[in-house]
Amino acid sequence: MSPTPSVTRIMTQVLWALLPGIAAHVWLFGPALLFSLVLCASFGLLFEAALLKARHYPLRPFLGDGTTLVTAALLALTLPTLLPWWLYAVGMLFATVVGKHLYGGLGQNTFNPAMLGFAVLIVSFPAQINVWPAPAALAAYSPSLGDAYDMIFAGARLPIDAFSAATPLDSLKTHLRAGHEASSLMAAQSIPTLQARDLVALLYLLGGLYLLARRIITWHIPVAFLGGIALTSGVLYGLDPAHQAGPFFHLLAGGTLLGAFFIATDPVSAANTPVGKLLYAGLAGLITVLIRSFGSFPDGVAFAILLMNSAAPLIDAYTQPKVFGHRRRHLPGDKP
Amino acid sequence: MMPWSETRDIFYNGLWKQNPGIVQLLGLCPLLAVSNTVINALSLGLATTLVMAISSGSVAVIRNFIPNALRIPTFVLLIAVLVTIVTLVIQAYAQPLYLILGIFLPLITPTCIILARVEAFASKQPTVQSILDGIAMGLGLTAVLVALGALREVVGKGTLFSGFDLALGEIAKGWTVTVFPDYPGFLLAVLPPGAFFGLGLLIALRNLIQSRRA
Repeated sequence: MSPTPSVTRIMTQVLWALLPGIAAHVWLFGPALLFSLVLCASFGLLFEAALLKARHYPLRPFLGDGTTLVTAALLALTLPTLLPWWLYAVGMLFATVVGKHLYGGLGQNTFNPAMLGFAVLIVSFPAQINVWPAPAALAAYSPSLGDAYDMIFAGARLPIDAFSAATPLDSLKTHLRAGHEASSLMAAQSIPTLQARDLVALLYLLGGLYLLARRIITWHIPVAFLGGIALTSGVLYGLDPAHQAGPFFHLLAGGTLLGAFFIATDPVSAANTPVGKLLYAGLAGLITVLIRSFGSFPDGVAFAILLMNSAAPLIDAYTQPKVFGHRRRHLPGDKP
Repeated sequence: MMPWSETRDIFYNGLWKQNPGIVQLLGLCPLLAVSNTVINALSLGLATTLVMAISSGSVAVIRNFIPNALRIPTFVLLIAVLVTIVTLVIQAYAQPLYLILGIFLPLITPTCIILARVEAFASKQPTVQSILDGIAMGLGLTAVLVALGALREVVGKGTLFSGFDLALGEIAKGWTVTVFPDYPGFLLAVLPPGAFFGLGLLIALRNLIQSRRA
C-alpha cells in the first residue's frame, strides 16, 4: 500500500495555493510565521515517521505525499505565531498521532487532523494561545527573527501588549460583553487589526479560487459554507443589529476563508456527495456563526468543522445520488 | 471450604480476564467522571467495591427466596440501600471528599457493573464465592480507575496523589508528588475528553498485552 500519485499532486497544489496567504502574513505580521511553519512541519514529519515505523508502513512514499505538510501548514496558519515551541509539538502530536494514525492513517480519519490539533490546544491552553501578534505596522514593537527565536525556543517573554493585539472577533466579543454596541464599534474603527487580516484572508480566497480552477475542490463546500455564514449572520444582524456584526464582518473575520477553501474541503473528513457537501458545509457555516455570536470562544470555525466532520458519514449515507436506472435514492437499510 | 483454584479464578476474572473497566466496559459513568485525580478514583473505586461485595453477598444469601419476575427491582432496591449507607458514612467521616465526589456517590446505584455481577453471578452462586466475586470485580474497576486517575493527574496537572488529605486527614498533607515542576497544566486531560482518551489508551494497552500472550 502506498499513496497514489494523485494524493501527492493534490497536496502539492494545496500547498501552492496557500503560498499567497502565507507570503502576505509574513509581510504584514513579521517573519515569525516561518518559525511556526517549520516547527509544525518538522514535528509533523517526526511523529508521522514514528507512527509509520510502528505500524510497519514504508516511510518514503508516505512521508513524501505532502499530507503531513498540509496539516502542518493549516495548523500553523490557524495558531498564533510566537508561541513556545512545545505547543506546536503538542498540536502536531494530536493532529498526526491521534487525529490521523489512531483512526487508521491516510484517508481513514474521521476528523480533520489540523483542526483536531487546534481544538486540543485552544481547549487545553487558553491562556497561552490567546496571544495574537498584531500587524507589524500597528504594533508598538515588532519582533525580529532573533526575538521570535528567543520567544519560541528560550521561553523569553516580551511584554505581551507590545506586540500583540486582540483579533477582530476577540475585540467584538469583549466590547459586547462590556455593554457596548456592535455598530458603534464598527463605526469607531476600534477594531484596528481588521485591514491587515482582511488582506491575508482575501489571499486565502485567491488560493481557494486557484484550487477551484484546478478542480482540486468543487464549488459546493466553499459556497455552502460561506452562504451558511452569510445567511446566519445576516438573519442575526437583521434581528439585533446592536449586538451582532454583519455578514461582511463574519465572512472576512477569523478563519472563515481559510476554513471555507482549505479546511472544510478536506476530502477525507468532509461529506462527499454533492447534496451532502452542501448540507455539511452549510450547517458548518451556521454553527460557526452561532459559536461566534453566542459561545464562549471567539472563533467557531474549527469546532463547527469538527462537529460536522462527525456528521459527514451520516450525511453521506442519506444523500447518495440516484443510481442510473433506479427509481429513487438508495438509503441505508434498503435491500441491495 | 472452597478450593483455592476457584478463588484464584474469581480474582483472575475480576482483575484481568473480565475486568469491568477495560473489558466489559461497565461502570463507565464513574470511570469517566471522577477519574481526574488518584484520590477521587481510589475513593470512588473502594466505595464501589464495598457496595459490590455486600450486595453480591446479600443477594446470594436470599437468592432462593427472590421471585424470578421481581429479581431486578429487588436487586436495585438492595443496592440503593447499601449505596445510601456508604454515602452517609462518607458524608459523616470524610466531608471534603463527599463534596468532591458529590453526585457520583449516589450514582453508584445505577452503575451497570453492580447489577450485572449480581444478576450474572451472585443470583446463581453460593455466598462466599459471590462476596469474593464482588470484591474481585470491584478491585478490577478500582485498578482501572486509579490507573486512569494517575494518568490524567500527571498529564493534566503534573502532580500525583494530590488531595489525599481530603480523605485521610492532616497526616496525608505532604503526600503530593510534583512530577513536573512549573507544569503549565494540560486542561484536556482533566476535562471529560481526557478520560475517553485515557480509557482508550488503557484498553489498547490491555489488548496489546493480551495479544502478545496469545
